[in-house]
Amino acid sequence: MTQDNHNNAYKFGMVIDLDKCTGCGSCMVSCMSENNVPFKEDESNKRDSITWMRVYKLTNGKSFPDTEIAYLPRPCQHCGGEGDHGHSPCVSVCPATATDYGYDTGIVSQIYTRCFGCRYCMGACPYHARYFNWWDPKWPEGMEKYLSPDVSPRMRGIVEKCSFCYHRYQAARDKAYYHGDKDHIKEEDYQTACTTACPSNAITFGDLNNPAHKVHQIVKPDPHPDPRNHHVVGKSRNPKVFRLLERLGTNPKVYYLSEREWVRKQGDHYLEGEWDKIKNHHGTTSHG
Amino acid sequence: MDSALIPEGAKRCSLPKFSIGMAIVGAVLLWGVWAMFLCWFKGLNQTNMNDYYGFALWIWADLAVIAVGGGAFFTGMLRYIFNIKELKNIINFAVIIGFICYSSALLILAIDIGQPLRGWFIFWHANIHSMLTEVAFCLSCYFAVLTIEFIPNILENRQANKVPFFHHLAHNMHGIMVIFAATGAFLSFFHQGSLGGVAGVMYGRPFAVREGLLIWPWTFFLFTWSAAAYGPSFTLLVTKMTEVITGKKLVKDNVVHLLAKISGWMIVTYIIAKIIDTIYWAYVTAPSLGFKLSHFYTDNSFYGYWILITEIVICGIVPGAILVIKSTRENPTLRLVAIILGTIGVCLNRWVMVLQIMAVPVMPFDTWALYIPSWQEVATTVLPVAYGIMLIALAYRYLPVFPQEKELNSVKPITESE
Ligand code: SF4
Ligand code: SF4
Repeated sequence: MTQDNHNNAYKFGMVIDLDKCTGCGSCMVSCMSENNVPFKEDESNKRDSITWMRVYKLTNGKSFPDTEIAYLPRPCQHCGGEGDHGHSPCVSVCPATATDYGYDTGIVSQIYTRCFGCRYCMGACPYHARYFNWWDPKWPEGMEKYLSPDVSPRMRGIVEKCSFCYHRYQAARDKAYYHGDKDHIKEEDYQTACTTACPSNAITFGDLNNPAHKVHQIVKPDPHPDPRNHHVVGKSRNPKVFRLLERLGTNPKVYYLSEREWVRKQGDHYLEGEWDKIKNHHGTTSHG
Repeated sequence: MDSALIPEGAKRCSLPKFSIGMAIVGAVLLWGVWAMFLCWFKGLNQTNMNDYYGFALWIWADLAVIAVGGGAFFTGMLRYIFNIKELKNIINFAVIIGFICYSSALLILAIDIGQPLRGWFIFWHANIHSMLTEVAFCLSCYFAVLTIEFIPNILENRQANKVPFFHHLAHNMHGIMVIFAATGAFLSFFHQGSLGGVAGVMYGRPFAVREGLLIWPWTFFLFTWSAAAYGPSFTLLVTKMTEVITGKKLVKDNVVHLLAKISGWMIVTYIIAKIIDTIYWAYVTAPSLGFKLSHFYTDNSFYGYWILITEIVICGIVPGAILVIKSTRENPTLRLVAIILGTIGVCLNRWVMVLQIMAVPVMPFDTWALYIPSWQEVATTVLPVAYGIMLIALAYRYLPVFPQEKELNSVKPITESE
C-alpha cells in the first residue's frame, strides 16, 4: 500500500463517452438493484431520493433547430483530493473517519456502521454524489428476497454513495488470489454494474494505472501535477477527455469523453475568454 | 412565598405572576420538545432538509448562538486576564448567556445528527483532520468550563450560601477563576475558529473556500474575531432586554459604555478584515476557479447582493461606527440600534456561511436550491430561545446576577414581604 496512489497500487476509474450515452437510465437501475439502494413510494422529489448514479441532462442552450442534448451520468467521482493525496473533499472533513480513501484502490469508501449522519461530507462534495437516508429503507413485500447478499442495506440516518461496486472488487481479488496471482486482478474480472449494464457501451472501467487497460488508453492520464495548478494531478492527455470541475483540484477518477465542444465546456466554469485559450489543448495546458 | 430564595434586598415580582410568565414560555418550550422527540423517533424526514441542504436551519442556529455566546469568553478574558475591573458587574450575566448558548448548541447538534446514539463516534473515531472534530472537542470542553464559571454564581443563592461548604467553595472558585477564564478563551479561540474552518476548508465549494495560514483558512480567524466583536454586543442587548422587562436599571452606564466601546472597536477591526477577505475571495480565489462574483448573487429569487451589503455595511460598518464614536455610543437609542444591528449582522454572516453555501450551484449544469424549513425545524430552533428566557428568568430571580442592582435601585434593606 502506498500513500501516493501512483505506483504499485490500483487506481480504479472510469471514462464515460457522452456521445454514446442515450440517457436511457440503465446504469441507474442496475446500480440500484446491485447495491440494494432503497427507494420511496413517491420518487418525484429528486432532492431526497437516493441515486448513487444519476443521469443529468445537458443542453447547449440554443433554441430549435439548433438545440442539442447530451446526458451525463454522475456516479461518485472517487476524488483523489488536492494533489491526489487521498484527501478527498468528503474524506478530509468527516469527523468520525466514516468515509475513507483506499490508497490501494483509489476508491472512496463509506463505513455505514460508523457514520453518525452529520452530513458534513454532503456539504463538501460539489458533485452531490452523497445521499442521506432520510427514511428507513423499505422494500415492497417479497422484494427483500431479491436483495443482493453481497451488499449490506443501510439504516436510516446515515449517508451512502457509489462504491464502484466494491463487493465486485472483493470478489475479483478473491478470484485472483485463488488463481495464485493475488496482485493482478484481470480487467474483465472487476467491472461495475453500471458499466456492464450500459447498452451502448458508453462506460469503460478499469485501472487508470495500468497501460494495458482500456480506460488508461482512452484517458492517458498525466501522472505529473499540472504545472499551472499543482492541486490537479492525472489530467487527461486526450483533448476530448475532461473531468467535472477539474479546476477545483478534487481530482476525480471519473472522466468524460465527447467530440462536442459545447459538452466539454460544460464540465467546468470558465471566465470570459478562458475557454478559447484552452479548448484545443485541453489535455496539455492547464486552465487553472 | 419564595422570598427566602430571593437575593437579599432585591425586589422581585410575585410568585404567581412569575409562574404565569414561566408557564407561557414553558408552553413554547414544550412545543419545541415535542418536535425534538418527533425528530428523534421518526428521523430527520420530519425536516425539510434534503440532499442539497444537508446543513440547514439548525446548523445556522447552532453557529449563530455560538457566535453571540462569544460574549462570555471575550468578557471573561477581559475581566480576568486583562483585569478590567468594571466588567465584574456584567460578567455573571455574560457567563449565563454563554451557558445558555452553548448548552443550546450542543442540544441542537444532538437533534441534527442522523444517528444521535452514535454521537460519541466523533470522539471515539476522531478524524483529527476534520474541523468538525475540533469543534466537538473544544465545544464540549468549553461547555464544561462555562458550567464551572456558572457554579459560583449559583452557590451565591441566599439559601445555598448559608451552607458553609458552598459559601467557601464559591469563594475559592472565584479566586481561581482566572485559570478557567484563560482556558475558556483558549478553547473558544479554537472552536469559534474551527466553526469558521468548517466552511473555509470545503474546497469543493467555491463560495465557501478560502486560502489561509497553515491549516487554517481565513474564515477560521474571521469567525473567532466576529464572535469576540459581536458577542459583547449581544450581552448588552440581552442586558437591555432584561432591564426593560424587569423595569430596573441593572448595570451602570460606565460599564455599558466600556463594553460597547470594546465591542465597537472589535467590530470595526473585524469588518476591515472581512472586507479585505471578501475582496480577495471575489477577485482572486473565485476567479481562479472559473467563478465570477455574479455567479453567487444572481439567477435566483433570494440571494442577491443585498445580503452582502446588509451584512457588511448596514450590520457591520454602521454599528461599528456608532459604537466607536463617543457621542453616538453614549446615546442610548443609537447604542441600542447598533447592538441590534450588530447581532443581526453576525447571525446573517453565519446564515451566509451555512445556507447560501448550500444554495449556490457548483456543477455548471446544476441549479440554485432554495429551502423552507418545516415546522419541526422552526420549533426546535425556538426551543433554545424559550429555554434561554426561562433560565435567565430563574437566574435573575434567585441569584445575585447583577452586583450593582441593589445600589442602582436603592431598595431599602427590609422591603421583602411577598
Ligand atoms: S464525488 Fe463527492 S463523494 Fe465522491 S469522492 Fe468526490 S467528494 Fe467524495
Ligand atoms: S455524515 Fe457520516 S460519512 Fe458524512 S461526514 Fe458525517 S459521519 Fe462522516
